[in-house]
Amino acid sequence: MNEVVERKVLSENVVMLVVEAAVISRKQCPGQFVIVRTDEKGERIPLTIADADRENGTITLIIQKVGTSSSKIAHLNPGDSLLDVSGPLGRPTHIEKLGTVLACGGGVGIAPLYPIARAFKEAGNKLIAVLGARNRELLILEKEMTAFADEVIIMTDDGSYGRKGVITVGIEDVLKREPVHLAVAIGPAVMMKFTALLTKRYDVPTIASLNTIMVDGTGMCGACRVSVGGKTRFVCVDGPEFDAHLIDYDEMIQRLNTYKAEEKLSFDGYLKSLS
Amino acid sequence: MPVDIHDLHADRNQEWRNELRSRLSAKERSALPRVKMPELDARERSTGFREVNTGLSEELAMQEAKRCLDCAAPTCISGCPVNINIPGFIKLIEKGDFSAAARKLKETNALPAVCGRVCPQEIQCEANCVYQKMKKPPVAIGYLERFASDCERLAGAVIVPGIPEKVPIRVAAVGSGPASLTFAGQMAKWGFQVTVFEALHELAGVLSYGIPEFRLPKSIVRSEIAYLEALGVVFERNVIVGKTVTIEEMREQGFQGFFIGSGAGLPKFMNIPGENSIGIYSSNEYLTRVNLMKAYQFPDYDTPIVRGKRVAVIGGGNTAMDSVRTAVRLGAERAMIVYRRSEQEMPARIEEVHHAKEEGVEFLTLTNPIEYIADSEGRVRQMKVQKMGLGAADDSGRRRPVVIPGSEYLIDVDTVVVGVGTDPNPLIPRAIQGIEVSKWGTIVVNEETMQSAVPDIFAGGDIVRGGATVILAMGDGKKAAVAMRDHLLGKFPGN
Repeated sequence: MNEVVERKVLSENVVMLVVEAAVISRKQCPGQFVIVRTDEKGERIPLTIADADRENGTITLIIQKVGTSSSKIAHLNPGDSLLDVSGPLGRPTHIEKLGTVLACGGGVGIAPLYPIARAFKEAGNKLIAVLGARNRELLILEKEMTAFADEVIIMTDDGSYGRKGVITVGIEDVLKREPVHLAVAIGPAVMMKFTALLTKRYDVPTIASLNTIMVDGTGMCGACRVSVGGKTRFVCVDGPEFDAHLIDYDEMIQRLNTYKAEEKLSFDGYLKSLS
Repeated sequence: MPVDIHDLHADRNQEWRNELRSRLSAKERSALPRVKMPELDARERSTGFREVNTGLSEELAMQEAKRCLDCAAPTCISGCPVNINIPGFIKLIEKGDFSAAARKLKETNALPAVCGRVCPQEIQCEANCVYQKMKKPPVAIGYLERFASDCERLAGAVIVPGIPEKVPIRVAAVGSGPASLTFAGQMAKWGFQVTVFEALHELAGVLSYGIPEFRLPKSIVRSEIAYLEALGVVFERNVIVGKTVTIEEMREQGFQGFFIGSGAGLPKFMNIPGENSIGIYSSNEYLTRVNLMKAYQFPDYDTPIVRGKRVAVIGGGNTAMDSVRTAVRLGAERAMIVYRRSEQEMPARIEEVHHAKEEGVEFLTLTNPIEYIADSEGRVRQMKVQKMGLGAADDSGRRRPVVIPGSEYLIDVDTVVVGVGTDPNPLIPRAIQGIEVSKWGTIVVNEETMQSAVPDIFAGGDIVRGGATVILAMGDGKKAAVAMRDHLLGKFPGN
């Protein structure tokens, strides 16, 4: 059960795993996630479902190595198994035909963006993707996005690929140029914050998909809580998508740092255990 | 559920029991002092997660069993939501046949080792003991229940009763907490094919994620589960009913009856300023990190927890006591209960309050938080509270707390655990068509049968009651099993 059938390195710190999960592959919709655990001592980690193959009964997970748990998952090889995979969790993205949809993905956020963007395209929208990464090496899923998107704009911080600059530069060019009916922003919290500030100026409805700390993923613990429009909401059951213009990003960024010290301690120990 | 009085009398009139009863007069029995539960020293226990109550020795148990008068019309049973034959198992302990006592318990209770530890006996069976009328301390029924089931487990002599005959009907329990486990055990004993679906990776619901090791060792929960597996119950983990699989799909797979025991899994917050600061947990999160994810063994285990030095736990129930005593064990220098009413109104068991005090927990009663103050990183540093007075009685019969104006002051804290209750988890009610849901989010059922508005769906425990106890949930599971059996067998005559 939960066997890894394929592993692909997408960039230095980002790995794609195709995992056997027949029931979830049939049930999942764009925007949903799973909770996984690698071993008896492992954390429960939420991971967005980047793709699913109903016929083969697999789901695709994209993992960025940032600490112990993500590294443990990223180092699994074909033949290895995840101890637990549960889902699909969260509310699916509301997909409809709106006109032009702007899909904005930063870093590993391009992974959860991918199935959502494709679903909007399949629903008959014009789909423009703006993908941002620190450099060319870190850009993921460009080919996959290009396969269906009407236009793909690449932004890199160092100019090593596409245009040089932060992602909002590329987004603003599109907003200036043509009417956009919905923007979807997924990426680091800071990227979503500035994307939301920008689209607000252009009065473009925007949703952001949040990846907060979770434990159970079913509404039981409240670790994932965020303030949206002044109200506390749970990302796991009320989200993961919210109106990007109402999210309190600063609070969310602070809460993401809750275990900074512990994470470092754990990761140092993990690295030592490898050497 | 009615107790069969003829069975009770037949049990009581066995020769050995008549003989045992005649050995001591009621006067001699009632003159014996109530046993005290041996426990670890407060200082020794508060640095680790070892079980606090260490359990009765054989001598103490047999001595306590002698106190039971073996009443002809036992009133204690009426206080037990699962109607354990209480004198029946206690007299077997007095006789020295501990294994038979454990089997007697299991005739009506699938989880005696759990109930013997976490039931509020003082308001149930023991509150109805005949000694209460005599103004004497009741028989320590809970301690004896624990003793008998522990003996059986430790002897490795768990005997699984024979299943009379298989009933070719599949039924499902949603959630694997005490309500579902009781339901499952009962249905399995009647020969039904039972599958229990659990959303988490670990079974037993609140018994696993909620109640700490020092009050209910997880090895005991696991052995109770193993007993159910031996009865033929099948467990499926990581299945979120309503998400991974729907009730309709389960019907297509051949399930003919459903018991929803999904619990009250949605934590309540107070919605006061600063409540989303770092270091402020719901009791569910705090306890889940420690109990389910073993964060107290971080970094050996990967899940971390903030180990606060000044910890305030908001609330006065058992969950609040579990949280504050956990904080002590995680190294808190100052661990506080902050409760808006007085100690008298606290819903927690007296034993838990007593243990917490022994372990150095401070009780700030008639005190209510109104704001949290964080540092520049967003970590909680202070808590603004106000003092409360007590006004007239409210709907619950308890005196209503009223604010004393101008009484605000600040308390330094680095961790806060909000344990002011839970709401029913909306995932399941949301996912089932046709079910009736109250304004509190609970599933509406017929109280006699636990049947919902959808005839093949029954429900019990906190998803019906809001927030209650393990034993009440178990009583619901049992009631639902009886009603579902009658419903299904009536529906399928000849099976």
